Amino acid sequence: MSTATADLHDARVEPPVNYLNASYGIKSWLLTVDHKRIGLLYLATITFMFLVGGTAATLMRLHLIEPQGSLFEPETYNKLFSTHGIIMVFFFLVPSIPATLGNFLIPIMIGARDVAFPKLNLMSWYIFVIGCCFALAAIVSGGVDTGWTFYPPYSSLYSHTPVVVMALGVFIAGFSSILTGLNFVVTIHKMRAPGMTWFRLPLFIWAMYATSIIFILGTPVIAITVFLLGLERIFHVGIFDPALGGDPLLFQHMFWFYSHPAVYIMILPSMGVVSELITAFSRKKIFGYSFVAFSSLAIAVISFVVWGHHMFVTGQSVYAGLVFSALSFVVAIPSAVKVFNWTATLYKGSISYEAPMLYALGFIGLFTMGGLTGLFLASLATDVHLNGTYFVVAHFHYVMVGGALMGYLGGLHFWWPKITGRLYPDVWARIAAAIVFVGFNLTFFPQFVLGYLGMPRRYAVYPAEFQVLNVMSSAGASILAVGYIIPLIYLTWYMRYGPEAGPNPWGAKGLEWTTQSPPPTENFEVPPIVTEDAYEYPVAAEKPYPNAPGVARV
Amino acid sequence: MSSPEQGHSEHVVPVSVYVGVFLALLALTALTTGVAYIDLGAFNTVVALVIAFIKMLLVVLFFMHIRWATGLTRILVLCGFFWLAIMVTFTLGDELTRSWQINPVGWGGMIVPLVRHLF
Amino acid sequence: MRRGWLVSDLATHAHSAHPPGFAHQFEDIEQQREAAHLGMWAFLVTEILFFGGMFTAYIVYRSLHYPAFEIGSHLLEVKFGATNTAVLIFSSLTMAMAIHSAQTGKSKQTVITWLILTMILGATFLGLKLRFEWYEDYVKHIVPGAYFGFENQWGPLGGQVEMFMCFYFFMTGLHAIHMVIGLGILTVLVIMTAKGKFSSEYYAPLEISGLYWHFVDIVWIFLFPLLYLIGGRYIPH
Repeated sequence: MSTATADLHDARVEPPVNYLNASYGIKSWLLTVDHKRIGLLYLATITFMFLVGGTAATLMRLHLIEPQGSLFEPETYNKLFSTHGIIMVFFFLVPSIPATLGNFLIPIMIGARDVAFPKLNLMSWYIFVIGCCFALAAIVSGGVDTGWTFYPPYSSLYSHTPVVVMALGVFIAGFSSILTGLNFVVTIHKMRAPGMTWFRLPLFIWAMYATSIIFILGTPVIAITVFLLGLERIFHVGIFDPALGGDPLLFQHMFWFYSHPAVYIMILPSMGVVSELITAFSRKKIFGYSFVAFSSLAIAVISFVVWGHHMFVTGQSVYAGLVFSALSFVVAIPSAVKVFNWTATLYKGSISYEAPMLYALGFIGLFTMGGLTGLFLASLATDVHLNGTYFVVAHFHYVMVGGALMGYLGGLHFWWPKITGRLYPDVWARIAAAIVFVGFNLTFFPQFVLGYLGMPRRYAVYPAEFQVLNVMSSAGASILAVGYIIPLIYLTWYMRYGPEAGPNPWGAKGLEWTTQSPPPTENFEVPPIVTEDAYEYPVAAEKPYPNAPGVARV
Repeated sequence: MSSPEQGHSEHVVPVSVYVGVFLALLALTALTTGVAYIDLGAFNTVVALVIAFIKMLLVVLFFMHIRWATGLTRILVLCGFFWLAIMVTFTLGDELTRSWQINPVGWGGMIVPLVRHLF
Repeated sequence: MRRGWLVSDLATHAHSAHPPGFAHQFEDIEQQREAAHLGMWAFLVTEILFFGGMFTAYIVYRSLHYPAFEIGSHLLEVKFGATNTAVLIFSSLTMAMAIHSAQTGKSKQTVITWLILTMILGATFLGLKLRFEWYEDYVKHIVPGAYFGFENQWGPLGGQVEMFMCFYFFMTGLHAIHMVIGLGILTVLVIMTAKGKFSSEYYAPLEISGLYWHFVDIVWIFLFPLLYLIGGRYIPH
């Protein structure tokens, strides 16, 4: 243990043995079975994929400054939005929190030494990397232009782009997420520390458990769907071909059976992070623990019966549309429960505004907006007008970027001292959070208006009267980009040169804060025994009512 | 923490049970093949599926030991089939009702096509 | 510290403290066994949904194109389907016997014998399928693709019959891929048994591989009636 008088900036002081310095060399990283190292391997991979997807977005927004398109041919623009969607959905958002924060934190939060299947965990990462390689190969050889939705018959019969390579990338990455979900379910069921009952678990674990259920039940269906699409494309005969009596809508059913729950894969872990952040930075127990816990499960279950709302205008049966519409309203309820409970947690809390809290508060506001606009789309009648427009684009960016991504950034910041053992500069982090918030709203709020006014999505050109809003959106995108680059810089820099963090720099509750930063390989010096509920923050001294008789006026 | 429960690694299934299940499976296979050569109309499909379902149950319960497994494992397996049922039901729900006309008569107007479709 | 060729930094201690095959993230061998079983069942659930996607598609098209599916089904030979079903059921028995032998502490040779019997039966299944079904289908021009239906005419239903044959090949093909993977797993198990890794204390890999093998059998149990026995065979064919 370093001496108390050691200079905190002196990186030469010998730190205690932790998972980062327990062994050195590239092989110790590439052949590790430590869930914490694997989480970092994932972090590097998905950050890279985020930059790829972000580049595509940047090029799109630059192109859309001009009504007739400023940079690209429509065919190229098609490839850009497809690449952006595929990379961001399958190779960034789906694995983001589960593979990085989930892998790192789940065993520690439940008091275990590692996940149930560490070798499988490593294999998941390799499988993911191989999937990324296929996707990148597809991009490098021109990119697909089918949209991330790969609808046949265009994708199976008419597109001249490397659809099979890209589909293979998605298929392989899907297996990575199946194995991760499987690992998490078994870990959470079987490896909790003594005293860690289900209702003492941090809400992040409940959220990850619900997410893992979706991984297990949903992902195999997208796997078989892209597999069948690939077969049809390779052999020029298949089950979605109308010439053989096939139904392109069957592809859509199978595709969305996964892809709708997939969006809940993207948001649920973020909601789990927000539960952790709100409690830590209000220093208060969560309001309605079991409601929040069960709402995660409810979202996971109900998410599987709403997928038809993506198909309202495709020629789907009106009666099916009716059912899907009603159920889509129902799925909003558990999400709303969470928002109410977080807000109630804030009430009379001792709130501080460090960067993770700013991201969490931003999440609550932006996710609410995104969720409410989802109801416009869930309602069949309004969806007929809004589907295929920028309204949909704005809706899902509000929930996925304003929601999932901000939760991810907040979580990264919150647990960064635990992961790296070093503190990052919160001033810069707060500035970056503010820039992200402003940039985000400037980018995507105009898109609600654009969509409502009728501008179609996935179009490389648009009517001139929409230019002002498009330019606003592109300007916002440039600000947003700055907001994302700043944390890349300071988090990386201070990972090496920041002041050492103690076990609990935030004063937060949770098993992860009881062990050193960074944790030792086996997570805990002594395996923990849990005796208290989650979020047992000391209750603040009761304030008397200002006008109570006999009490001095404050 | 693990509780040493009566997991089926402690439970040894007698060989006679395995052989019995095996013979039953063979018999059911012969039955389903034989029934296919008899004209039962629409019931051919029903019988074939029922037999297949029984065969599956025999394998799952006895060869895969679900008969002696924990509640958690059973729920997991049921969830798998239930989710498949969700996918089939809702997809069929769309595919089979696409030709239904939107009947301006109202909810009552749906009853006739529904009845006609079922029978 | 290297565990095999993977790097684990978990502290070492006397290995006699734990039974063979014990993994250190667990508290005891019982927890490990339960986790392994739960993990394999969770994986099988994913397989239910994976095959289930194709079953869903099949159910949809069978509802929409029943007459064509009936014609298609009659192109397949029941005797091979039924024989293969029996072969797979037998292989499930031999697999269960292999696990039973390990569980009751029989010799390595006994376990290996049952495992190899299972492999032979699996290979028989694949051999019958390849030689007497798929190859014959190719000869008869009922493999979907450019030469489909060259000598057979089903009129306007031709496309849908080809669709049925797509399902036949895709579903039995995917099933066959799983069989091949199963044979690979069995090979590994034979090697592990020969090296003495298993005992009546520790045979979890055999058990969970057995679960996988039985699952592949169950898929075939459904494929047989759904592909070969549509509409019955009472029409003289």
